[in-house]
Amino acid sequence: MTVQKISMIDTTLRDGSHALRHRFTPELAAAIAGGLDRCGVPIIELSHGDGLGGSSYTYGFSKCSEFDLLRAAAEKLKNSKLAVLLLPGIGTIEDLKKAHECGARAVRVATHVTEADVSEQHIKAAKEMGMFAVGFLMMAHMSPPQAIAEEARKMESYGADYINLADSAGYLLPEDVTARIKAVRAAVKIPIGFHAHNNLGLAVANSLAAVDAGAEYIDATLRGLGAGAGNTQIEVLTGVLQRKGIETGLNFYGLMDLAEQVVMPIMLRPQVIDNGSLMLGYAGVYSSFLLHVYAAAEKYELEPRDILVELGKRKMVGGQEDMIIDVAYQLKNNP
Amino acid sequence: MEKIKVAVIGPGNIGSDLMYKIFRSKNLEMALMAGIVESEGIKRAASLGVPVSTEGVGAVAVRRDIKIAFDATSAAAHVKFNWPALKEARIVAIDLTPAAVGPYCVPSVNLDALQAEPNINLVTCGGQATIPIVHAVSKVAGAEYAEIVACISSKSAGPGTRANMDEFTETTSKALETVGGADRGKAIIVLNPAEPPVKMTNTILVKVKNPEVGFDRIRQSILQIVSKVEQYVPRYRLRVPPTMEGDKVTTIVQVEGQGDFLPKFSGNLDIINAAAIAAAERIAENMLKGGTA
Repeated sequence: MTVQKISMIDTTLRDGSHALRHRFTPELAAAIAGGLDRCGVPIIELSHGDGLGGSSYTYGFSKCSEFDLLRAAAEKLKNSKLAVLLLPGIGTIEDLKKAHECGARAVRVATHVTEADVSEQHIKAAKEMGMFAVGFLMMAHMSPPQAIAEEARKMESYGADYINLADSAGYLLPEDVTARIKAVRAAVKIPIGFHAHNNLGLAVANSLAAVDAGAEYIDATLRGLGAGAGNTQIEVLTGVLQRKGIETGLNFYGLMDLAEQVVMPIMLRPQVIDNGSLMLGYAGVYSSFLLHVYAAAEKYELEPRDILVELGKRKMVGGQEDMIIDVAYQLKNNP
Repeated sequence: MEKIKVAVIGPGNIGSDLMYKIFRSKNLEMALMAGIVESEGIKRAASLGVPVSTEGVGAVAVRRDIKIAFDATSAAAHVKFNWPALKEARIVAIDLTPAAVGPYCVPSVNLDALQAEPNINLVTCGGQATIPIVHAVSKVAGAEYAEIVACISSKSAGPGTRANMDEFTETTSKALETVGGADRGKAIIVLNPAEPPVKMTNTILVKVKNPEVGFDRIRQSILQIVSKVEQYVPRYRLRVPPTMEGDKVTTIVQVEGQGDFLPKFSGNLDIINAAAIAAAERIAENMLKGGTA
């Protein structure tokens, strides 16, 4: 019997960007990317938390240009592939071309779980540039397994190299993950990946459920640095998979040291499940809304939980951070 | 009263909705619906007593009585076929495609300056909804940067929009600068699949150059332009009235459609059509006054 192999995508420099309010510098990008490369991480994702072009009032301005960060990271890479996230509607093919010039060799084109067809142009453009292209379906809890499978099939037809399902709200239970991975596996020939958030404390468990259901790529971050309660913690999952006898090719101690020595000192807050994060997972709200919700709650003197529950009720999708103000205003003025 | 005869090229959803708006117009007469195949839209127009043709722009160009043509096809068709033929026939083109051969027109902002142009372009739905606000702010306080987020329901985003999201963001960003008056523009579009479908909602954020002019003047300027837009987009309204923090002005507007042909939630499709009609009506008015008809 062959040993099961999992490829880990580290997204500390992308999803982790949310937790740092997009304050990464070229020095940090170089240190983290270089460290991940030495630990054997095959793909390192770096961009604004909301993908290329995300630097804005709505999602938060980046301290440093993501292109400068990409260049700084690319210089340190010997084996790892540098990836970017791209949300059509926010980033453009022009942005992708620039990222490619700065050393990006892979792109994950992300759409809401029901909107795969907006990724066609971007996936095809990436393939024309010779990039590794991933179809990334966000907010996977908002659609049933069979419907997700249909969307995955579309991305496969555009040329995606694998399909990544993202539990962007950290809402799914392990059995929901299993059902979704299996449905997509049955529908497409390309590999499947999974991206978890720890809002309900299930990031590692859900990643394991995905692995057991046949996922071959798993997203994770150092110390779990990421939106909401963070992502699957890469050093933890590496240890867990080793215990399970699954091959990751990663340097377990190296990742632990990188998390503790490089990432922990720069964190703005401990990556724990605070009440706001718990409510993201419970109400099914996009994880990167959290810090914006805290800001709006303060401005409008509201309870963050009330804003989060209303956002969940209104079925807001990824990228609709602007509606946090709308919800806060309506709660305040038309309660 | 005398009316100016107009044609609609492209009998799809947009074209059909335009037709119903033309029926209501006081100075436009629906003289021809032109397509290239015997489609639902052609049949619909014919059943309503509108002359139809499947000869495309060719059928428009030979009609010497038609003075204005709405192009609701595609950017490629506009550039390759429709505009050259309309130009040759001296028919004014109201371009709803992203081709942008002619200048961008946002009626509440710059229609006065464009009424003699032979070809005007309607930017994008998001542009029509947000540029007036950016302009209102930049006019009184300057705009270093303008950012907009347009959210539309998935159901109202047709295959053209879906296959070309960059066209929306790039065109709108550019028009935030050239028409809105911002030094730098950034446009974001989000599709929301919620049921029942969400109404088109737009957030406009402007970093002003001269915050010292005071929030009152900025707010007044925004309120004025909102009532100006309301004149041609009846269900355009402030969802969150303007607020100002430091040099950042935030406004949220919502657009509900008039439900002419398209459902009311597709305010995005309604507003670009309403703007096209507003532009055509002004041009028609001038033709009637000037006797060029």
